[in-house]
Amino acid sequence: MDMRRPPRTVSDPKVRQVGFVTPSAAPPTRSLSDAPTTVAAAVAASAASASSPPSGEISLPGSSLSPVMIPPPRHASSDGRPSAPVAVPNPASSLRRDSLRIRVGSYNASEVVLGTPPSASPSSRTDNAASEFSDETMSPWHGRSGTAKAASSFPGSSSEMIVMKTGVGGGGGAGSTPKSPLTTASVVKTLPGISEKEREVLMGTQNDGAGASKTLKEKTTKAERRALQEAQRAAKAAAKEAGAGVKPSTASGSAVVANTKQGKVVKPPPQKKDGPQIAPPSGSSEKKVVDRPPEKDRKKDVPAPRMQFDDKHRVEKAKRRAVVNQFEAKNRVELFRHLPQYIHGTQLPDLEGKFFQLDPMHPSVYKVGLQYLSGQISGSNARCIAMLLAFREAIRDYSTPPEKALVRDLTAKISSYVSFLIECRPLSISMGNTIKFLKNRIAKLPDTMSESEAKSSLQSDIDRFINEKIVIADKVIIRHAVTKIRDGDVLLTYGLSSVVEMILVYAHEVGKQFRVVIVDSRPKLEGQVLLHRLVAKGLNCTYTHINAISYIMHEVTRVFLGAASVLSNGTVYSRVGTACVAMVANAFRVPVLICCEAYKFHERVQLDSICSNELGDPDVISRVSGRQDLNHLDNWADNENLQLLNLSYDATPSDYVSMIITDYGMLPPSSVPVIVREYRRENLWI
Amino acid sequence: MWGRSASFLLDKRLRDQHPSLSSPSSSSPDSTMDPNPNPNHGVSAYYQTRAEHHAIVSSDWLAQAQAAVDREGDTALMEGPHASAAVSLSASKHFSVIDEFNYWRKKPDLAEAVAAIMALAAVIRSCEATTMMELEIELKKASDMLKSWDTTSISLSAGCDLFMRYVTRTSAVEYEDFHAAKLRLIERGEKFGEISMKARRTIAMLGQDFVFDGCTILVHGFSRVVLEVLKLAASNRKLFRIFCTEGRPDKTGLRLSKELAALGVPVKLLIDSAVAYAMDEVDMVFVGADGVVESGGIINMMGTYQTALVAHSMNKPVYVAAESYKFARLYPLDQKDLEPALHPIDFGVPIPSGVEVETSARDYTPPQYLTLLFTDLGVLTPSVVSDELIQLYL
Repeated sequence: MDMRRPPRTVSDPKVRQVGFVTPSAAPPTRSLSDAPTTVAAAVAASAASASSPPSGEISLPGSSLSPVMIPPPRHASSDGRPSAPVAVPNPASSLRRDSLRIRVGSYNASEVVLGTPPSASPSSRTDNAASEFSDETMSPWHGRSGTAKAASSFPGSSSEMIVMKTGVGGGGGAGSTPKSPLTTASVVKTLPGISEKEREVLMGTQNDGAGASKTLKEKTTKAERRALQEAQRAAKAAAKEAGAGVKPSTASGSAVVANTKQGKVVKPPPQKKDGPQIAPPSGSSEKKVVDRPPEKDRKKDVPAPRMQFDDKHRVEKAKRRAVVNQFEAKNRVELFRHLPQYIHGTQLPDLEGKFFQLDPMHPSVYKVGLQYLSGQISGSNARCIAMLLAFREAIRDYSTPPEKALVRDLTAKISSYVSFLIECRPLSISMGNTIKFLKNRIAKLPDTMSESEAKSSLQSDIDRFINEKIVIADKVIIRHAVTKIRDGDVLLTYGLSSVVEMILVYAHEVGKQFRVVIVDSRPKLEGQVLLHRLVAKGLNCTYTHINAISYIMHEVTRVFLGAASVLSNGTVYSRVGTACVAMVANAFRVPVLICCEAYKFHERVQLDSICSNELGDPDVISRVSGRQDLNHLDNWADNENLQLLNLSYDATPSDYVSMIITDYGMLPPSSVPVIVREYRRENLWI
Repeated sequence: MWGRSASFLLDKRLRDQHPSLSSPSSSSPDSTMDPNPNPNHGVSAYYQTRAEHHAIVSSDWLAQAQAAVDREGDTALMEGPHASAAVSLSASKHFSVIDEFNYWRKKPDLAEAVAAIMALAAVIRSCEATTMMELEIELKKASDMLKSWDTTSISLSAGCDLFMRYVTRTSAVEYEDFHAAKLRLIERGEKFGEISMKARRTIAMLGQDFVFDGCTILVHGFSRVVLEVLKLAASNRKLFRIFCTEGRPDKTGLRLSKELAALGVPVKLLIDSAVAYAMDEVDMVFVGADGVVESGGIINMMGTYQTALVAHSMNKPVYVAAESYKFARLYPLDQKDLEPALHPIDFGVPIPSGVEVETSARDYTPPQYLTLLFTDLGVLTPSVVSDELIQLYL
């Protein structure tokens, strides 16, 4: 998220400036009615931009995608220098681009399914660059047909004809050039669809028993290979077209256009002498390129769509590729249809059976996944640490396959692990942040680093993350929180939060005299675990259920709560029931203190608990343990009119929160965005 | 609230065994720097200073405060030489910090934070450290000493923190030459007085825009910044009316009304309990602040909270004028979550035996009752305070 911001801030003023400098350079399609000069400018613009994509593509891997970086090569090409080598997209370069694109495409798709916003990894960057590139290649298409039309409408005026030709020539250089952008555009356009189909097919085969052993990695490589072939074919076709002429492309414009173009193609020489002549409009060519960032930005600003489970098509797709067989929950609650609905636990034996078929999955990752699934590991810190440790082991045992770059292959690998974990249980926000961090670290690995060095550096990064962002952060939080506990206090806590537990134990150890009220709720009854541990430590505890909250709140002086995440509007996303406790505490004017490590902060804004949540097993709320006679809901699933809802999280509005205790100190909920901002920056440096 | 047995008990216990339970942080100085504790526990040093500066009307309070200060000055002066003669050199240096601070804080027109910074600058000057690290350690000791000397003063600790922050941020990195760095720090410390004056002028410029013709302003407590704002507004020929609360127990309102009357501004004095009665006519409430805390709330003279509550319930804006060096990394959750600053109250008549007196001198106003803060950083909403603090200290 953060990585995307700088380019935009850089490009924005650029857009404004350039737009101001060349106000005459309207969109080419409209320019046909204007004076010839504008036509020429537009042609030059389109030509220049047509020439620019390859150059942009060449500089792509290293440089950032800010448009500010691109101009130099473009200027050079439009200034009469031999631009042909740059401009003519030889099959090789287009191939390279395609392969790039393909990998990106597959990666991105998996990301969409992950539900995490695209991380700032190089692949996502190249994705941006690639999409930018495809935009670029698309725009000349329109530009050309427009100008072609313009040319046809001014058949008599030879001067602007020449100018136009030179413009095209300057961009293309050789006779074959005019269609070059077109071919690249078409290739790029077709590829995503192909890869998509590819994947679907693969998913299908994979899910069909025998094919289930197909690895995610293999999938990508196969998709890649197929895409490569596809690209080659497309390139060949393009080349053939080139030989035949420019017809197919210009057909989209008009028949007259073909003639004019033909003429153009026949006359390459003017290009050389008119090279300098094109230089002036190069400003407008910049405009042309710069015209594009807004839409690119718009595309980037749209967060990666979370999987919407009421979208039948996508669900089908996701299910076909799923490793874990997920049984549909019956009687879904209408309002929560968009959330993943399945019953935890039932797929466990199924998954265990598949263990030996899932060869690409590292055993430690597999184990953690099963633990998530069975609920053995819960709580966002515990889940996060377990995941990181599993990844660390996977990285330790990882070796780069031949002819692959560690940076890319490992990122893909981690992505596949993550999607496996998601199938076991949806990611928590803390895990999402952690994965983002890890991918960022992988992306930042210098190319010169040897594999063993890279691996050890990643492992130490993981260790450091666990240590700094979780272990030490907890210590700092405890230190801060204890200053808010006075002798004689009655502290209330809800559910089981590891930080709150540590705070209470520590406060007891330093000799504070206080009492603890543990509020619990069905069905998880996690509070009993906390109660057990605290009583064992000799703390004075009261245990009650959430039904009694308004009764017990009278005597409480502080409420300490944990959180799964704190969102940037100060909303606390936490175990369901937290909002209720916080609201009652607020009504009784009891301060509510949220204890949350800063790595769990997220820049998302959420106003309710509906749009993003996690559904638990509805069966567990229909049963009452120890009461066999309460069996009214035994066959609830048979009744169509009955839906049970077992939510896992809820969102506490910031109004109910007095203070958030983080590793950065004690903050009001209104400062969460500040921390998110600072923390992101720091996170990139780590 | 009947149910709150715990806090009720706590209060009771606090009252019962007050001296011993005055919190570990204030009792630890007693043990660690035995020779020079703040001599009178009954009165907050911060309010002593205020009393001196503001020439409080209550004559016997003045006498009492004066006596307290003299006594304290005496003890410090008396014990200082003793200790320095008897014990080590470093001890004498620590004493000089507090002496220095006392010297500065007695100057009228000088805020406590500035006095603290002046004192710390003096420490740098007299320090024999040869490396930046040593200097920092020395300075840290001195600032801890100052802070523990008067734990109740927020601006003192904020000033110390601010200066320490400045030292640690600029040192070592920018100046290779130790002496240049040292001079630079001293200069900076001495410039602080100037900065504080400038801050007040800035705030006055910003704040006077909010005073419109024909408005009625309720002012609680005596604040130099608020006075500056009103002065500037008056000199800009704005026509407005002031309601001054009496400001028991040190009757700060009387002083303010005197100053304002001298400017030709119509003033009306209210007793503190008439705030709600008068709020109908009031257009806005102006208060100063002893400290601005992380939540964006303020700690100020007793009565500010109730004034803000009344104003809030009647939808009147509450404006706070405070210099940015009063921003402190504190986060009180409620009124009792503060180091109590005690202040004896003169009731004029003897108090019946067996009756307790609430002697806390200040209260905490939560941010939701404040409208805007006028600071030298600009006009801020309460939630921005935390942002500024994060940027300053993280």
